Amino acid sequence: MLEIDSLTKRFDAVTAVAGLCLTVRPGEVLGFLGPNGAGKTTTMKMVTGFLVPDGGAARICGHDIVTDTLAAQKTLGYLPEGAPAYGEMTPREFLGFIADVRGLSAVAASAACELAVARTSLESVFDRPIETLSKGFRRRVGLAQAILHDPEVLILDEPTDGLDPNQKHAVRDLIRLLSPAKTIVISTHLLEEVEAICSRAIIIDKGRIVADGTPAELAARGPNGKLDDLFRGLTSSDVSGAAA
Amino acid sequence: MNAVSAVFRREFAAYFATPIAFVFLVIFLVAMGVFTFYVGHYFDMGVADLTVFFSYHPWLYLFLMPALAMRLWAEEKRSGSIELLLTLPLPVWATVLGKFLAAWAFAGLALFLTFPVWLTTLYLGAPDNGVVLASYIGSLLMAGTYLAIGAAVSAATTNQVIAFVAAVAVCFLFTAAGAPIVMESLSGWAPAPLVEAVASFSFLTHFSAITEGVIDLRDAIFFLSLTSLFLFANMLIVESGKGG
Repeated sequence: MLEIDSLTKRFDAVTAVAGLCLTVRPGEVLGFLGPNGAGKTTTMKMVTGFLVPDGGAARICGHDIVTDTLAAQKTLGYLPEGAPAYGEMTPREFLGFIADVRGLSAVAASAACELAVARTSLESVFDRPIETLSKGFRRRVGLAQAILHDPEVLILDEPTDGLDPNQKHAVRDLIRLLSPAKTIVISTHLLEEVEAICSRAIIIDKGRIVADGTPAELAARGPNGKLDDLFRGLTSSDVSGAAA
Repeated sequence: MNAVSAVFRREFAAYFATPIAFVFLVIFLVAMGVFTFYVGHYFDMGVADLTVFFSYHPWLYLFLMPALAMRLWAEEKRSGSIELLLTLPLPVWATVLGKFLAAWAFAGLALFLTFPVWLTTLYLGAPDNGVVLASYIGSLLMAGTYLAIGAAVSAATTNQVIAFVAAVAVCFLFTAAGAPIVMESLSGWAPAPLVEAVASFSFLTHFSAITEGVIDLRDAIFFLSLTSLFLFANMLIVESGKGG
């Protein structure tokens, strides 16, 4: 369960997130859509405790991310934008570190690593330094890290970015597999991804929600019954000025 | 404590994952040797003690400790892994402490590897081993303070070179506070209490008190409290980064 209540973030004069309100329930896969700079990543950074909001609150499984940070972060799996990791470590060492931080016992840690590695198909690169891996593998190392402790809430910032079509398909299957018991939020630019795996989609623009519904409902609102028409109609694009 | 040890182990292993550990240890030991035997004319002194060896420690640490500490935070910020680190369920103080302890343990290892200098002295004469032990402890405490300064500065920047140069500058202020160059420039005009206050912050003054065999708890407390102060500053800098 993820509750976001009038979340606000300003950077100098720019309001990145403007009073966002949102509740995501277990079993829901929420697609977080919006053009670059709409506030998707900033929202995720606040919800996961990396940035402190200027106003409003976010609760993860009832734990406030600002006042009860550690309890909230324990129930959370997070894939940050760009899937950062420690490049000099191998996936084995890296996942071992995450298991360590998550407080898993040695037995639980090795079982969790095995499952996460199998689910993200990392076996072939398990002992190679992360910095030598391709973008797709690195992304999957980040995913493995996020799902390692079987969190109740998963927040994934562009989980399929940089993956080839087969890998995208595998990650979508994984998200589908995990979704019945978990609260999942994914941000993406790929509208077909939302239609493929999300049970609900929101479109944000300039830090506000401009559309909220199932992908089919949103698509029906578009002039040609297509999600990308609605997306273009609702969001401000920084290329429109140049084209005009 | 699990959090501190998880961060410590990852950070300590990171030194050895690249040639950094090897390069640092070699340079550290060669520099120690050069200053003791060549610059310090250890063999010409005709005295079998380690005063010459220890007298160069503050000046060597001035450059070597910032080199050890510069990557602690700057590298995390540059690579983006800081976002992962700060969204894991780790208290900020534990992360700060774990990183510092890893650097300190590595410095301790480098210092330990200077034991042949002590063996040489033992072979040549009969040094006061109590003084030698006190000097080693004092040197380790002083290294910790330099590292805490370096870590705090590293947290304030994403650039390791800036972290290094700025840390050397701050360390220099503390090292040289009691040196003639600073004392003479102050004593002409500044009120005596100010001159004394500045001198009392000098690493040279406190460290030479320890190496002369006067094991005064106040000198140990000086280094430990200054270390704590900079670790606290380190924590505040990391926390303030969450404000965006």
